[in-house]
Amino acid sequence: MKVNAVNSSSRLRTILASRSVQRIMSVLHALIGPSILIILWWFAAEGDWVSRTLLPGPIETFASFGKNILNGEMLHDSYFTLYRTAYAFFLATVIAVPLGIILGANTKVYRSFEVVIEFFRSTPATAIFPLFLLLFGIGDFAKISVAAFAAGLVILFNVAYGVMNARQTRIQAARVMGASRPRVLIDVLFFESLTSTFVGLRMGVSIALVVVIVAEMFIGTNDGLGHRIIDAQQIYDLEDMYASILATGAMGYGFNLLFLGLEKWLVHWSGR
Amino acid sequence: MKEASKLDIGDCADVKADVNGLPEDVHAPHITIKHLNKAFVGVPLYEDFSLNLPKGKITCIFGPNGCGKSTLINMIAGLMPIDSGSILFDGKELKETNIGYVFQNYRDALFPWMTCKKNIAYPLKILGWNKVKIEKRLKELMEMFEISFDLRRYPYELSGGQAQLVSIMRAIAPKPEVLFLDEPFSALDYEMTLSIRETLQRIFIDTGVTTVVVSHDLEEAVWLADDILLLTKRPTQVAELIQYTEARPRSSATLAEPLFINTKVRSLEVFQREVRR
Repeated sequence: MKVNAVNSSSRLRTILASRSVQRIMSVLHALIGPSILIILWWFAAEGDWVSRTLLPGPIETFASFGKNILNGEMLHDSYFTLYRTAYAFFLATVIAVPLGIILGANTKVYRSFEVVIEFFRSTPATAIFPLFLLLFGIGDFAKISVAAFAAGLVILFNVAYGVMNARQTRIQAARVMGASRPRVLIDVLFFESLTSTFVGLRMGVSIALVVVIVAEMFIGTNDGLGHRIIDAQQIYDLEDMYASILATGAMGYGFNLLFLGLEKWLVHWSGR
Repeated sequence: MKEASKLDIGDCADVKADVNGLPEDVHAPHITIKHLNKAFVGVPLYEDFSLNLPKGKITCIFGPNGCGKSTLINMIAGLMPIDSGSILFDGKELKETNIGYVFQNYRDALFPWMTCKKNIAYPLKILGWNKVKIEKRLKELMEMFEISFDLRRYPYELSGGQAQLVSIMRAIAPKPEVLFLDEPFSALDYEMTLSIRETLQRIFIDTGVTTVVVSHDLEEAVWLADDILLLTKRPTQVAELIQYTEARPRSSATLAEPLFINTKVRSLEVFQREVRR
C-alpha cells in the first residue's frame, strides 16, 4: 500500500514535470489576471457598485460581442480598421526602414535631421490631422497617411538608432573581406539593426492603430471600430460599445503578439 | 643569467629591422612599410616607421601596452587610415591584395544571422565565386580544419573555441595572400588556446600563407613565430626582430627545449628593457 502511494506520487511528479503539462500550467497562470478582472467586473455590474446605465455586465457584453460577430457587423467594422491600420503600417514600413538604414549609416546626415525627426515624433499625430485633410481630402487616404506618418517616424527613429549602434567589428569584418559600402548596408547594417527595428515596428503598429481608431471616430467614416464605438455611445448601446472596445483591444494585443512572434522567428540571434 | 644571454646571441639570429638590411633569400619581404606616420589627436604613435614583413613566415608582434600593436596591423589591413607613408604587398596596393583577418572578439566578428557555413562562404560570395566552387572550397576547409561540429549551426550555438575556428576558416577561405590575427586567443581558455594554436600551425604548414599575429602572450608568440617583432613604447619603433628557427611541427614539448626558452628569455629581456625605458 505504502509502496503504491510512493509510486503514484512519483508518477504524479513526472506528469507534472512533463513539458505539455507545464505549458498548460503557464497558460492557466497567465489567465489568472484576466479572470480576476472579469469576476470583479461581474460583481461591479451585478452588485450595482457602478450605475447599470454606465457599466453592463461581462455576460451581456460578451453576448453582444458574440451576436455582432456572428451577424457580421462587427467583423465588417473590424475589417476596415484592420485594413486601414495594415495599409498605414505597410506604407510606414516601406518608407521608414530603408530611409532609417540610410540615415543611420550616415551619422552626419542623421544629426542634421535629428531635431526634425524628434520634433514630429513628439508632436501628437492627431494634431496634424487638419494638415493631412487639406493635403489628401476627407477620403480614407487622409486617415491612412496620418497613421502612416506617425508610425513611420517611430520606425525611422528605431531603425536609424539600430544602425548607428551596429557593432563596429562586424562592419570592419565585412569591409576587410572586401564588401562594398552598399553591400555592408544590406548584408550587415540591415541585420544588425533588426532587433531595434522590431521595437520600432511594434510601437509603429500600435500607433497606427491608435491614430486610425481616433480618425474613424471623428473624421467622417461609415465603418471601422472607432466609428462603431462612438456610434454605440451616441445611441447609448453600451453593451456594443464595450464589446467594440474589447475588439479594438484584442486587435492591438494581436498585433503585439504577432510581432513578438515574428521577431523571435526572424531575429533568432537577438540577445545571444 | 649572463651565460644564458650569451648563448642566445649565438643561437638565434638577432637582426635589426632595417628596410633593406635583410638578406633576400632568407627573408624575402612581402609587406613593405615605408615612412609610416600615424598620430592620435595630435600625439604621434608612429613616426617615420619603416618595416619589412617576410613572405611565407609567421611574424608575431609583441610590445608594451599601448604601443599600438593592433593599430599597426589594422593600418596594414586597411581598417584604420594612415596619416602618411606607404604600405605595399609585393609592391601592390591593399585593394589589389586578398587578405584575411581574424578578430579578437569572435562573437562580434561573425554574423549571427548566418549559419557558420554561410559565414565562411561570405567572403567567397563577395569575390563572386559560383556555388560549385564555394561548395568545393568549404569541403576542403572542413577537411583541413578537421571540423567535428555541424557547420549548419549558428555561431551563437558554438563554444568560444569553435566560434574562433569558424572565424579563422572564414579568413582562410578565399586563400588570402596575408593572414592577420589580432590577439586571436585572448578570449579563450588555455585548453582551447593550445588546440587552436596547433590548428593554426597545421594550416600554416599546409598553405605557407604569410601570417601576422598580434599577441599579448610571449609564450604563444614565440611558439607560433618565425620572427618575433618587438616594439618600443610610443612613439613606436622596432625594438628588435628576433628569429626563432625551430622546425615545424612544433609541439607542447617544444616549450621545454633550450632554443625555445632562450628565444623567450631574449625576447623578454628586450621587452623589459623597452618597458623600463
